[in-house]
Amino acid sequence: MEFDLGFLLFSVLKIAAVLAWIYGLLWVLGQGSRAVKAAGIVLAFAVIQLALSLPLGGAPLFNDFDQGLLFQACAMAMVVLGLNLIYGFNGQFSLGQWGFYGIGAYAAADVTYRWTGGDASGLLVLGIGVLLGGASILGVNLLLRRFAGMPVLSAFTLYLIGSIAAGAAAVALGAPLSHLVAPLFGTSDTPGVLSSGPALQVVYALAVLFAGIFAAEISFLFGLPVLTLGSDYFGIATLGFTIVVNTLMINSDTILPFPEMKGGRGMIGIPKLTTWFWAFLFLVLILIVMRNLIHSSTGRAIMSVREDETAAKVMGIDVAAYKLLAFVVGSFFAGIGGGVYAHFIGFLSPGTFDFLVGFNPLIIVVFGGLGSMSGSVAASFGWIFFLEGLLRVILGQMGTEAPTWRFVLYPIALLLLMLVRPQGLLGRTEWGFLRAPETARRTPSASEITPASAGR
Amino acid sequence: MPEISTPQRPAAPPRRPGARLAWIGRGFLALLATLAVIILARNLIQDPPLFIQIVISGLQLGFVYALIALGYTMVYGIVKLINFAHGDVFMVGSFVSFYAVTRFRLHTWPAAVFPGLPGGWVVVIGALTVMLLSMTTCVALAVTIERVAYKPLRDAPRIAALITAIGVSFFLEFFGALNFVFSPRFIPYQRPFEVVTWYLRDGVHRLTPGTAPPDGSITFSNIFLIILAASVLTQVILQFLVRRTKIGKAMRAASFDKPTARLMGINVDQVISFTFAVGAAFAGLGGVLYAIAYPSIWSQLGILPGLKAFVAAVLGGIGSIPGAFVGALIMGQVEALTMGYISTPMRDAVAFTVLIIVLLVRPTGIFGEPEKEKA
Repeated sequence: MEFDLGFLLFSVLKIAAVLAWIYGLLWVLGQGSRAVKAAGIVLAFAVIQLALSLPLGGAPLFNDFDQGLLFQACAMAMVVLGLNLIYGFNGQFSLGQWGFYGIGAYAAADVTYRWTGGDASGLLVLGIGVLLGGASILGVNLLLRRFAGMPVLSAFTLYLIGSIAAGAAAVALGAPLSHLVAPLFGTSDTPGVLSSGPALQVVYALAVLFAGIFAAEISFLFGLPVLTLGSDYFGIATLGFTIVVNTLMINSDTILPFPEMKGGRGMIGIPKLTTWFWAFLFLVLILIVMRNLIHSSTGRAIMSVREDETAAKVMGIDVAAYKLLAFVVGSFFAGIGGGVYAHFIGFLSPGTFDFLVGFNPLIIVVFGGLGSMSGSVAASFGWIFFLEGLLRVILGQMGTEAPTWRFVLYPIALLLLMLVRPQGLLGRTEWGFLRAPETARRTPSASEITPASAGR
Repeated sequence: MPEISTPQRPAAPPRRPGARLAWIGRGFLALLATLAVIILARNLIQDPPLFIQIVISGLQLGFVYALIALGYTMVYGIVKLINFAHGDVFMVGSFVSFYAVTRFRLHTWPAAVFPGLPGGWVVVIGALTVMLLSMTTCVALAVTIERVAYKPLRDAPRIAALITAIGVSFFLEFFGALNFVFSPRFIPYQRPFEVVTWYLRDGVHRLTPGTAPPDGSITFSNIFLIILAASVLTQVILQFLVRRTKIGKAMRAASFDKPTARLMGINVDQVISFTFAVGAAFAGLGGVLYAIAYPSIWSQLGILPGLKAFVAAVLGGIGSIPGAFVGALIMGQVEALTMGYISTPMRDAVAFTVLIIVLLVRPTGIFGEPEKEKA
């Protein structure tokens, strides 16, 4: 029973530093001038990059373990931001986020795995598939505009037929095309253009992006009928979705035709392509998209659905469409997070995407505060660094049963938090950049509200 | 001169040409249903005894789910909380009976106290004692959980209670996985009585242990009969409790409108605790029966049956007691038939697909009442 107090203090300091870094990042992004923003982003990126690579008295400040935590926290922050959009801002109680995360992870991993094996079919099929799938969804949508009041089940059937056709077309097109480009990979002695490093980076970015779009399209198909159910029914249906996705992962080599995913044994040999650059880039992009979405009229419509569906409907808001929008965008973020996760861990096991683990994003969202983006990011980082990092190591030093104790202690913390602060740590406060912009926050003064403007 | 305005014709209702296309969705569902019927019918014709055997195993599963689903549906009906910890109460029930039987040999106490008692009575009284002990322990556990974790959050937002329920569930699962509690391993479960199997072929015959039943016969065991009897009996007791007794009336009143029930002099907190207690008692019984039927237990035993039972409750219409029963039987059949004729790993997928389809057709479940509009 070795207990290392120095390590404990150092870890707590690290957690504090990471949280301060998030606050600083959001603060500097919220500054008015473009130059300050740009400099801030570069600085925020560089600080962590230095901590990861610069040896400080022998070892870098953040060792490989910390680096893993950092990437995991970034991926988790993306998932949790998506869930916050769905649940915190739109009020749809979803447990399906983990399923979309898993879909994104497996889809992206399969693309780069095949690519490094000299096979472009993964990228081509997924890319053509998501593009054709998106086109078919848009096409059916245009078609359906002429049929107002169509029952959701009929619309779903049409979308499903369109998507299946798109998927079949993608498979039919992707295989011959990949044969066509196969020579460009070269041989092991003379690597071709496509096996070069830059090409791999591009493929990685595309894979993550396509995986996100793929997750979003599946969430569209799934959400269209299921979002019409009431809140708790929706929750249980999405839980079912996570379980179904997990079942398919366990049987990916028998029921699904993907022998390289190796079913329940787990997919190994995924190229570790996620660097701090990519993780940071995707996180910042998602933060920007999320912030701009929430503080737009679309975002206000999304939030109005949460507050009162009937009132929102009376104001002329298409409740069903905004629910679907939030669900699809949230799942897109989860898919991106999955792609980022798959490429730093290098190994995907269905156990990671079990529905029990899938409660974690929900718990983190509530921890950080429902309806607070800053809370989601901070809670994701704090959660991963504390639970996966500090507590695992500290308890690991104390005995063999420690991993179990971790899950005995944290529900108790959860119960206490719910008793003391049920609205989450941050409530609905936002930090820096994520706050509503000045123009939107300003309420018109009494003199400005003239009868004419009020009546408009 | 006042203008005479011509009365305006009411505007024509907006045209909804899409409503005519409802047949597409219905056709899709009909196609799925036809496919399922074809698969089932073909297998029924091919091998009727096997089909009936699968239906029997589905019934056995369904009756256990019914016992768990009652707790979910009652609690949800009264406090609108998905009590995720219910499945773990069920797990504790099976572990209590495990310790009672294996460690303390509680099921043999009638033989020790009354040496002259015939063997059959010893088994029956012993097994009933074990079940009662499990039920009591579960009741104590559930009421404690309710008092400690849920009651302080009654006026908090619903998500707080839900997160708390997930927390309690995790706590029970992982606290149970500690070595000095239940240990994280699978534990073989010793039944408090012997299994007796009968087979049906030109009458009912008793199967001698260790031999295979003749081809084309249908077998069933005393476990199946006990589960059936227990499940139907609890259903009857619960119906009586809710419909005929004073506390049942109070439960119905509290689930209908809590503030008004309070004004009418009903102690709502007590009623809620009582609801948790009744649900936990049935979960404890279900835990014992589940462990007897599928004799291998571990600390996360409660998760999947609990979830399935909850799905069954939703399927039947959450808040409705007959609904939970019917939903559980449907879930059992769906699972058994999927395992038999499609593929074992897909059983959860098919079960959830059935749930989603039923909810799309009947948004509040089979027996559910349509939700009241917000006042």
